[in-house]
Amino acid sequence: MEFFETLVLLLASTIRLTVPLLLACLAGLYSERSGIFDIGLEGKMLAGAFGAATVAALTGSAWLGMFAGIGVSVAMALIHGVASITFRGNQIISGVAINFLAAGLTVLLGQTWFKQGGRTPQLNGDARFNDIDLPFVDQLADVPFLGSIYTHLISGHNILVYIAFATVPLTYFILFKTRFGLRLRASGENPKAVDTAGINVNAMRFKAIIITGILCGLAGAYLSTAQSSGFIKDMTAGRGFIALAALIFAKWMPIPALFACLLFGFLSALGNFLQGVELPIIGEVPVQLIQAMPYILTVILLAGFIGKAVGPKAGGIPYIKER
Amino acid sequence: MTDKSQANEQRPDSAAASQIAPALAIELSGINKHFGPVHANKDIDLKVARGSVHGIVGENGAGKTTLMSILYGFYTADSGEIRVGGKQVTINDSSHALELGIGMVHQHFMLVDNFTVLENIILGAEDSSLLQPSLDKARKVLAQLADEYELNVDPDALIEDLSVGAQQRVEILKALYRGADILILDEPTGVLTPSEADHLFRVLETLRAQGKTILLITHKLREIMAITDEVSVMRQGAMVKTLQTKDTDPAELAELMVGRRVLLRVDKGESVPGDVKLAVEDFVVKDDMGITRVKGINFEVRAGEIVGIAGVSGNGQSDMLEAISGMRKAASGKLLVKGQEIIIDGDDGAAKMRDMGVAHVPEDRQEQGLVVTFEQWENAILGYQDDDAYGEGVFLSIPAARAEANEHIKKFDIRPANNRLKVANFSGGNQQKIVLAREMSRDPDVLIVGQPTRGVDIGAIEFIHNQIVAMRDAGKAVLLVSVELDEIRSLADRILVMFDGHIVGEADPATATESELGLLMAGVSNDDVSVSNGASVSNQENVALKASDEKSAERNMQGESK
Amino acid sequence: MIVRKPLPRWADLILVPFLNLSLAFAISGLVVLMIGESPVEAVKILIFGAFGYGEGLGYTLHFATNFVFAGLAFSIASHAGQFNIGAEGQAYVAGLGAILVALALDQTHWLIVMPIAMIAAAALGGFWGFVPGYLAAKRGSHVVITTIMFNFIASAFMVYVINNFLKPPENMAPESASVVNAGKMPQLREWWDYFGYSPLNVMFFVAILALILTYILLWRTELGYKIRTMGANPSAAHYAGISNSKIVMIAMTISGGVAGMIALNEVLGVQNRLVLDFVFGYGFVGIAVGLMGRNHPIGIALAALLFGALYQGGQELAFMMPAVTREMILVIQALVILFTGAMEGLFRGPLEMIFGMIEMSSSSDDADKDDASASSQG
Repeated sequence: MEFFETLVLLLASTIRLTVPLLLACLAGLYSERSGIFDIGLEGKMLAGAFGAATVAALTGSAWLGMFAGIGVSVAMALIHGVASITFRGNQIISGVAINFLAAGLTVLLGQTWFKQGGRTPQLNGDARFNDIDLPFVDQLADVPFLGSIYTHLISGHNILVYIAFATVPLTYFILFKTRFGLRLRASGENPKAVDTAGINVNAMRFKAIIITGILCGLAGAYLSTAQSSGFIKDMTAGRGFIALAALIFAKWMPIPALFACLLFGFLSALGNFLQGVELPIIGEVPVQLIQAMPYILTVILLAGFIGKAVGPKAGGIPYIKER
Repeated sequence: MTDKSQANEQRPDSAAASQIAPALAIELSGINKHFGPVHANKDIDLKVARGSVHGIVGENGAGKTTLMSILYGFYTADSGEIRVGGKQVTINDSSHALELGIGMVHQHFMLVDNFTVLENIILGAEDSSLLQPSLDKARKVLAQLADEYELNVDPDALIEDLSVGAQQRVEILKALYRGADILILDEPTGVLTPSEADHLFRVLETLRAQGKTILLITHKLREIMAITDEVSVMRQGAMVKTLQTKDTDPAELAELMVGRRVLLRVDKGESVPGDVKLAVEDFVVKDDMGITRVKGINFEVRAGEIVGIAGVSGNGQSDMLEAISGMRKAASGKLLVKGQEIIIDGDDGAAKMRDMGVAHVPEDRQEQGLVVTFEQWENAILGYQDDDAYGEGVFLSIPAARAEANEHIKKFDIRPANNRLKVANFSGGNQQKIVLAREMSRDPDVLIVGQPTRGVDIGAIEFIHNQIVAMRDAGKAVLLVSVELDEIRSLADRILVMFDGHIVGEADPATATESELGLLMAGVSNDDVSVSNGASVSNQENVALKASDEKSAERNMQGESK
Repeated sequence: MIVRKPLPRWADLILVPFLNLSLAFAISGLVVLMIGESPVEAVKILIFGAFGYGEGLGYTLHFATNFVFAGLAFSIASHAGQFNIGAEGQAYVAGLGAILVALALDQTHWLIVMPIAMIAAAALGGFWGFVPGYLAAKRGSHVVITTIMFNFIASAFMVYVINNFLKPPENMAPESASVVNAGKMPQLREWWDYFGYSPLNVMFFVAILALILTYILLWRTELGYKIRTMGANPSAAHYAGISNSKIVMIAMTISGGVAGMIALNEVLGVQNRLVLDFVFGYGFVGIAVGLMGRNHPIGIALAALLFGALYQGGQELAFMMPAVTREMILVIQALVILFTGAMEGLFRGPLEMIFGMIEMSSSSDDADKDDASASSQG
């Protein structure tokens, strides 16, 4: 029984750690599926987290904060768009710049506005997304196994968690069942075919990166106004890159992206859980190995040793019509 | 989507065509298009009759594809008028062309490889924001079109799993699904097997019978003769002539395509062939896509002779050159240099061939033969960078390389005589001289030359030709590949004609006539019983061909007895 | 008709970077204004802080030393057509080699420690570059993604190694034991107290040497010739019998090795022990340095100096102007990368048109050249 309770707690932690990865991963999916590489997920998420926490602190509303986070993140996405679509600049370099810009501006502005060493003020009450108890939690709480699963895994999360998981089928639907999705995917595979079919490739790509911005903003808002109670310096801590790894690991597909993020989220929860724990037989587990697993797995996958991850064919290449 | 009423109209075959009002489907006048300094289309006029198959022929780079891309709205013309169905229009983008009923089957298919056939069909022609209704509709229309035109493809297959022929059918279906009345096909048979090509022609005939207008771009004369009603010839960006297909023949078209150039006389004595220096046996080469481009060829080149490979471009010459120069691994067969078999493995095979004394002037100097962002002296050692003459050990001696470069400049009269100038700033002729100087100065045993005078001005052509002959006279084995028939005829001691990956004949430049060679190059051969509508090869041509076959057979026997 | 002409050399090398840089600084100025400080005052402080006195200059040159190595690492790979953004991780693992050698030989002489530590650092950094290079050349992996992943793997690996093997039992902080004698790279202030307490050390001279050696490698050796050919035109390299895959692997290895020199400058030059995250983003700045320096050692030297000044001046700024934090450096850096790298086309397009117009009005002597290139399309 104790083992079971521990497992449920571990899995609940997995879900909480998966959410920002999942949102950022799906964000990257839109961008990369349209043919724009995005290593700036990290920066957009960070900027979104800062925007959300700032406005939530000022207005006391987590929802207004969330919209502000989305706004800031979309603005960063548009910088990436102008650089890499309009000016046909290098998408990697632009992504690096976005990451630095977010890392710098968030702390600089945070310090100017709040004078708390780059932090935003502590968020309380409605300024945060609080956990929601689903119906019948009390009644089910004492049911063995099921009760625990219901209370900790299914119920008891904030609204953004449910939004994040709902985004997966929604993305699947948009990508594979709508005209927009068809055109978006085609833009990333063969932009010339899209162009000859009378569709504006660059407009499609801009739409895609705006969605990327929205989802990164949500991910950021989750970090600063749901998971934590405020923004702290560099709070994304590489999650944008793990999301990128998950995206590759999922071969740019929404449903596998969910599982990749759950896997990476689990690894991260396990890493936290095993910190300093001595296990029988094995001894102390090298936590760092668990933490590095997402990256190692991605490298192995990219090298084609387990399956083959082939990204959108036109990814990273600006679309140029005239010779 | 297809107009059933048209299908019931009288079949406009060649006899009946004159009875139908000769309405024009397309009329282009004074079309000009520049790409930077390149004048790709010069004052083009073109009239295409409704319900006809209109061929457009010309060599690679003649401007055919540019012209069709303008008609399809992919490029905008700098000047000129376009009329579709008598109405003047400006076509700004592809969607506009589609609205006007113009569909295009591109040379490189505009398909998304990991989409299904249905998804590709509806891309850009979806009816609503949800896909399912469009997919259902497309499935029905596709079944209908398949019946009507023999255009069968599995609607749920992924493009990447389909054969090239099937992919092409998807392209045609895409255009028909959008209600195209005018269909442009750009080099449609370049990637097809013969049976797929035959199938395509049957489809085109059905389309014509249904009243569609077809523009067929190709450089294969056999296809023009087989299917078109009218044919327009382009050369170097200009429209040369439009002819009724029934009034012309491949030889005339070949001549118009290539242009009757002033035959450059090259003073050369009799060749004195020596030992075999270069030979290929049952040589098979595939391109990057895995398509077999060279289909089992045999020939040898002896010291002191120039063997010329003639042929219309795109018949496997490029892939053969790459394989012989060590840049590409042959799929099967043998490559022998001075009697020694060379096996290419790894991606540095070109170095191996150079070590064996094989120099190579590539077909495309800017893509392969030069690094145009490098200065001339740096290009003077490209391929020979490991040679101790240009620096001991790991170092590169700039003075030595520059001295070599100056030597080249002097010997080949490269202008401007400045080894510090970036190669991009030299003219085409001088760029070519930079390559030739490098490859000829190293005293190779074998010289492989591809398109030595492509894009080179007249003065330089003569110089380059003389240099090639000088190499022969110095006892080198020279393999010359050129699409310029005149060049082959004036330089080569023996001519091999390449068509569709095969060596289809051998000719003696002294006696072979231009039309004889033209027919071989056009791929007209005995087993080529025509596909349809009376475009069979005339008896006279068959006779000529037989004669040349016999001649080459004779020579082969002589060769063996030597 | 609008004619675009390739820019003349001076415009390409000086005018375009100058305009891009000006824009980046102008926007940085706006940011300073936004947080309520005077940009003019900020520039004064920054310049004085970076160059105005010995210690400041020492710090500037110390940072510049890191940026030279990072910039060279980026540009050597870049010359072979590879986008190595893994200098960060390559330098990080190189720190392991540096500290192990220094600890082992701490009782000898720095002249012995230095070359051996350099070899060890280069070997580890080089290996960390080689693997992505190998995966790119032989398995078709994307160098950018692989090097990003390798940065994080390096990070986890180093935490593990430091915590489990290098941390002395009596230490609480996750760091190795300190070198106290020969393992320290001598700081220039030992000979010249002008540099105050700045950590400028002998690696500065190694950086200068690296600039020269890189120049020799790229422009004076067969290998360099092959690397540049490969980067400029891979098909021409293939034609010339240069193995594309070998060159990718070699260039990535050298690139990683050079990045490893950062480890000596920081680990043995400043910290005297291996600490977590000592690379501190210097590897990423190398991208900006390489881009701005047009991948040429002279340009890299200048760009490294600029960023060195920015880092040192920025710290001074954070000290003098309470509203400005150290992160201002990151903002300026981001804007410089954005405008000199990703939005490089911002001024280039208009400039090409302007130069095109200028040449149109005085170009009768160019006509024959145009004809020649037009006919080459035939």
